[in-house]
Amino acid sequence: MGRLDRIAEPWGTRTPYGPGETWPVRVDQHLAEGLGDDDVDAWHQSASILHSNGDGLDIAVKDGRIVGVRGRAEDRVNHGRLGPKDLYGWQANGSPDRLTKPLVRRDGELVETDWDTAMEAVAGRTKELLAERGASSIAFYTTGQLFLEEYYTLGLIAHGGIGTNHVDGNTRLCTATAAAALKESFGCDGQPGSYTDLDHADVICLYGHNMAETQTVLWTRILDRLAGPHPPAIVCVDPRETPVARAATVHLAPRPGTNVMLMNALLHEVLAHDWVDHDYVEAHAVGFPELQKMLQGYSVERAAEVCGVLEADLREAARLIGTSERLFSTVLQGFYQSHQATAAAVLVNNVHIVRGMLGKPGCGILQMNGQPTAQNTRECGADGDLPAFRNWSNDAHVEDLARVWNIDPVDIPHYTAPTHAMQIMRYVEDGSIRFLYVTATNPAVSMPELQRMRSILSQDRLFLVVQDIFLSETAQLADVVLPAATWGEKTGTFTNVDRTVHLSEKAVEPPGEARSDFDILVDYARRLDLRDKDGAPLVKWTTPEEAFEGWKECTRGRPCDYTGLSYDELRGGSGIQWPCNDEHPDGTERIYEDGQFWSAPDYCESYGRDLVTGTPVSPTEYRALNPDGKAVLKAAEYVVPHEVPSSDYPFQLITGRTLYHFHTRTKTARAPQLQAAAPEVWVECSAADAAEQGWAEGDLLEVRTPRGRVTARLRVSGIRQGVLFLPFHYGYWDTGAGHQPGDDAGDGGRAANELTMTDWDPASKQPLFKTAAATATRLRGADGEPSRAPTTTASRPVGDGGPPVPDTRGGDAAQADERLETVGGAR
Amino acid sequence: MSPVSPAQVVRTLRSLSGNKVAAAIEELHRSEDDLATALLSLADQQKVDHEVFHVAKDVAAWSQEHVRELARIGRDYDLDLDPEPSDESTLAARLKQKASELAGRHHEPTLLLLADLRHIHRTAAGVSLDWEVLAQTAQAMKDTELLAVAQDCHPETLRQMRWANGKVKETAAQVMVTG
Repeated sequence: MGRLDRIAEPWGTRTPYGPGETWPVRVDQHLAEGLGDDDVDAWHQSASILHSNGDGLDIAVKDGRIVGVRGRAEDRVNHGRLGPKDLYGWQANGSPDRLTKPLVRRDGELVETDWDTAMEAVAGRTKELLAERGASSIAFYTTGQLFLEEYYTLGLIAHGGIGTNHVDGNTRLCTATAAAALKESFGCDGQPGSYTDLDHADVICLYGHNMAETQTVLWTRILDRLAGPHPPAIVCVDPRETPVARAATVHLAPRPGTNVMLMNALLHEVLAHDWVDHDYVEAHAVGFPELQKMLQGYSVERAAEVCGVLEADLREAARLIGTSERLFSTVLQGFYQSHQATAAAVLVNNVHIVRGMLGKPGCGILQMNGQPTAQNTRECGADGDLPAFRNWSNDAHVEDLARVWNIDPVDIPHYTAPTHAMQIMRYVEDGSIRFLYVTATNPAVSMPELQRMRSILSQDRLFLVVQDIFLSETAQLADVVLPAATWGEKTGTFTNVDRTVHLSEKAVEPPGEARSDFDILVDYARRLDLRDKDGAPLVKWTTPEEAFEGWKECTRGRPCDYTGLSYDELRGGSGIQWPCNDEHPDGTERIYEDGQFWSAPDYCESYGRDLVTGTPVSPTEYRALNPDGKAVLKAAEYVVPHEVPSSDYPFQLITGRTLYHFHTRTKTARAPQLQAAAPEVWVECSAADAAEQGWAEGDLLEVRTPRGRVTARLRVSGIRQGVLFLPFHYGYWDTGAGHQPGDDAGDGGRAANELTMTDWDPASKQPLFKTAAATATRLRGADGEPSRAPTTTASRPVGDGGPPVPDTRGGDAAQADERLETVGGAR
Repeated sequence: MSPVSPAQVVRTLRSLSGNKVAAAIEELHRSEDDLATALLSLADQQKVDHEVFHVAKDVAAWSQEHVRELARIGRDYDLDLDPEPSDESTLAARLKQKASELAGRHHEPTLLLLADLRHIHRTAAGVSLDWEVLAQTAQAMKDTELLAVAQDCHPETLRQMRWANGKVKETAAQVMVTG
């Protein structure tokens, strides 16, 4: 047993292993100060919800309170490891400022009330609007952090009961492109890879994916491969010098907004050297001739110019990809939140299809999720999809869903794709939506162009319901606030990015009168008196386990088949990967083995979209393109970004996720070790730009775009020249102003999204946070104060001059246990 | 007698039908320019409908490129067409955008969006038919260069048309039923 400061050493101690070997176990644990194993009354099984790994963990309880966490050694995802957010984040549950009573707005103020009053107000306004303006005036905006049972219930209430098409989640901001890209290439969502592929791969590509910070435990797995015999080569595409870039064999740092140009050039090289598995392409894919034709115009020379990278680096990356034997790729926000998001992600899929690198150990793609239960919003129909990957433009699928729900097909709105979050906000803006029910998300900080967002959410004609665990920036604007229970205080399941389903047990009671999201939604349905076509209640369950059983029936025969799972199957042991059914009783490690896809016209979840215009492909077109259910090689042309630098706004601004915080810090800022590691917003620029502008570490800068301004201390980091970076986590709930920038002079905004533009990828509808043009000016010098950005991450200082920067450390409070299993052999 | 070269055939056919083909190219040059202008105008009027704003500009660039291509190929038919697509003055565009932002809080302007999208669809449909005529003519005349231009451009016109149709499908119900 060792003790380690896991703020200073986010990835913990190395346990090296070689290709094809099993990743050794290392159990990480952190208990409240002064407590040991013997003090714990009980351990309750769960998994992480603070990043999309879904690491298996147990929750420690003493005297009815959560007092710590311990990784689950037997879990297939993490083999016992936990990341800093897991080790310390649980403390937020016990914060004294949790919401404990419902609130309603009276004379402009939010005041405490009882549940009956609050819920009658919510249900009452719903009924009024249904009568006066119809179901299209009602919308739901949910999260990526509820449980599967809650999403499915929400989807049923909204689509099947109320009959509105306006249902989406904040997964739109993080993972919509992952789903869209998979649908384009394979006709269906669902990841064709498994975490175990990292144990086998000889080349690993990370496209716009700073895995070291967003998925620390998964990165630990790669670090252990790199420390072992025959390590894999790493290709990193990122404009910042992230920990991934520092570990990479080749680091490409393209100009923001040029990912499609870069990917096309890599594919061009792969084809030019004929590193193509022609037998695989011939047997299992359509669209190769069109791809070949498109790639003619994308030479390495042209891409080097447009992307601002070296030709030699592009050629070397293409050679690694083209000559790999087991190629594994992951993609995240550097692609998903950037210009031409879906097109760029689809081109990564293309690389794997033309190389035949799918469905075999070490050969996979993870189009990553940013959130732990994001996959569930997608599966359950709570984020702009229909439940269980049914196709909204296939009438037979809608009829089948109506059968499961025992309602009339015409009651499920499917005349167009379910409305995405950005369009929901637009309909709120134009007044055609008058009721918005927000669960567990914080659009007043996380959406683009915050000044506009605040003005949309604070309109008088809008009835805003916010269900959350803290009085977030968004909750402060609500008409009704419903206090929710969170992870550890309720039971349910969730599914991580590699299709692993975990059960999370209730460990403690929620504070005060807070209730689980599940119970609140069931109560809402009861008050609306939603019925099926035989007059029975539409929502037929009262417990999460009953809802899970209902969900299983909904998935029967669909790709995400859960029928072989149950709460009992998920108790003890490891999480289990879907599809899990009679055919695959132990779950399924890899899908798309032997080139078998779920893309047949009658079965597929989506017919795809035009990657530039976003227009849905018609059923007839798709049938003609892909009658036999193969993979689709989709070509994509490069389009110039919508906002480019000018003399007024000479920099490109990108925003991003960082290691110690999650989302808008609602939880991580309430964990002392995490908050201390990254307590305030910072801005990064390159050493060359700092020298040219006369800036130095710690200078206070004002960063401006046409939409707003942010003030932040400068960190001179390894970022690409011409680019500024802001972390996206910082809002206003812990400032005097509460939900918006303060009025005091010099007290500028600190939320990165004051600056980002309202623009989204036409295919995935994911907002773009990485293509704004910006300017920056120095407000004052450092005065001996460096930026408080972490030194352990991509924000590691590189500059000379300015005040010295102390190393990021957590001290005594951050000491966590590590128990290394004796390594007795390879397996 | 030496065999007739393909180039000679093309030259002969051009001299025989040149006027008609030139007229068709000229007409298409004009209607592509109109389509580009209509798309840019749509973008400016619907600035608060962000997807319309950005995508309309992206696909307007296709028509602008078609205008340049038609001017280039037109020289083979002794046409002197302006290779530069007409550009609305920046001031006028800004005014439209400003007006659009001010009206953004009202539902009624969305009816205008539907009307504009229908106009775009009809204009693009006309352009598409003209490309069809030109492509058929190019094949009959064995003018491979003209055919190549038609083959490169026409699919983009079809995408513009499908886009307008798709946006109508997406927004019609919300515009018509709610409010």
